[in-house]
Amino acid sequence: MIVGEQKPIKEIKESLLPYGKVLILGCGTCVKTCFAGGEDEVAVLASALRLAFKKDGGRIEIEELTIERQCENEFIQEAAPSIARNDVVLSLACGAGVQDIAKSFADMPVLPGINTTFIGIQERSGVFTEECSGCGNCELAYFGGICPITRCSKKLLNGPCGGSQNGICEVNPDTECAWQLIIDRLTRLGQLDNLKVYVPPKNWVTSNSGGPRKLIREDHII
Amino acid sequence: MTTESVSQLQKVLSEGGFAVTAECGPPRGANAEVLRKKAETIKGYADAVNVTDNQTAIVRMSSIAASVHLLNIGLEPVMQMVVRDRNRIALQSDILGAWSLGIRNILCLSGDHQIFGSQPDALNVFDIDSMNLVRMVKEMREEGKDMSGFDLNEPPRMFIGAAANPFADPFEYRVIRLAKKIDAGVDFIQTQCVYNMDRFIEWMRLAREEGLTEKVYILPGVTPLKSAGMAKYMAKNVAGMDVPESLIKRMEGVPKDKTVAEGLKICQETIEQLRGIKGVSGIHIMAIGWEEKVAEIVKTAGLRS
Repeated sequence: MIVGEQKPIKEIKESLLPYGKVLILGCGTCVKTCFAGGEDEVAVLASALRLAFKKDGGRIEIEELTIERQCENEFIQEAAPSIARNDVVLSLACGAGVQDIAKSFADMPVLPGINTTFIGIQERSGVFTEECSGCGNCELAYFGGICPITRCSKKLLNGPCGGSQNGICEVNPDTECAWQLIIDRLTRLGQLDNLKVYVPPKNWVTSNSGGPRKLIREDHII
Repeated sequence: MTTESVSQLQKVLSEGGFAVTAECGPPRGANAEVLRKKAETIKGYADAVNVTDNQTAIVRMSSIAASVHLLNIGLEPVMQMVVRDRNRIALQSDILGAWSLGIRNILCLSGDHQIFGSQPDALNVFDIDSMNLVRMVKEMREEGKDMSGFDLNEPPRMFIGAAANPFADPFEYRVIRLAKKIDAGVDFIQTQCVYNMDRFIEWMRLAREEGLTEKVYILPGVTPLKSAGMAKYMAKNVAGMDVPESLIKRMEGVPKDKTVAEGLKICQETIEQLRGIKGVSGIHIMAIGWEEKVAEIVKTAGLRS
């Protein structure tokens, strides 16, 4: 899923100062799962903002709405009536959702309420880790299902650097060394010979380095 | 390994001599005088001097420029090059430039992560890894082509080095990684500082078993300890550094005014032991910020008079 984290309330409040009526728009898919932008978070944020504005003697009217996905037109249109009666949308979707709302409502200012952090998983309740960089050419088959491009701090493709100690990455004591994980996993799979294989330089053309990407599925174009 | 030597370092190693390399960090500023002064003290005591490339991710004079300053005072540089700051286009371009300026040895590295440096807010590159950097330099040398396959008007025929850390984990993988670097085209290896002799000996044994010491020159690294504090700091805070407790105790056991002498003594003993290990072709002295001690270490070890 796409993992996000709510922006500090102070930053959100400041961004809303020029406006009188705000729609806090939640997204019921990825960011709901990571407790950043679903219905519950919309409600909590709305209460916190009302309180914060009241405390400073400021005035704000807040409407709350959560749609299934802010990256799909079918759901976005459900928000049209609410968007029309407000001055600004505070979107709690990922960066893609914020931009799709902006694209769909050309005259409406849209502000981001969360920081989109990464494509990841919920490792355990409340702990999310980055797993995928969306490089556009998946090479997980070579690495026992563990991505060194995303999970090695130096994107090393040919084994661990000299900073791997007791399974931990030198960059952060909370980060596991991806190469230790790869080696452990390949050991279990009986595929240790993979380690001897030379992995050539990554072709980044399919990644964001090749410019913003577009995927066209002719079979789905109506 | 190429037959015709392009550098003094390669000549010494290919003739079976015991090579000595040292290290010189470029200055944090545009004045090269400090660098020249440090380097002068090493002159005559090392076959080549490594010039670090923004080590610990702190901005310093570029390794190419600093290498040229060394050449100008008659010292042979080993230009270090990290993949942290440059993509493949910049790496190739700088290698061509370095060769044109008379630089003949290169050490291919990943580079310390920028999080450890003075500008952790920087974007890193890591377009290719150090293994692929080695291969790239080798292919430029052997094929005379850049990575796109374009014929170079003159190939840079660098003597290629890489690093190895026998003390990092997973230990069993360290020799496989060395073998991969040799396959990629490395001519010589400089290792992380040897303090844990047992582990180094074991790593060398495994390397010999795989026949790797026949294919590459290995120069273990040594760094003289200044104090017990330094030993403890390195043991605790420097990733991939293995300083055994016994060594820390030994440094703690001498009076404060004798720790420098003790550190140098340990260094001598280490060099002595390393010289006796089959497959060791030389020594790499990393006297960090203490370059003036290199001559003394080399003389006392009987490597130069």
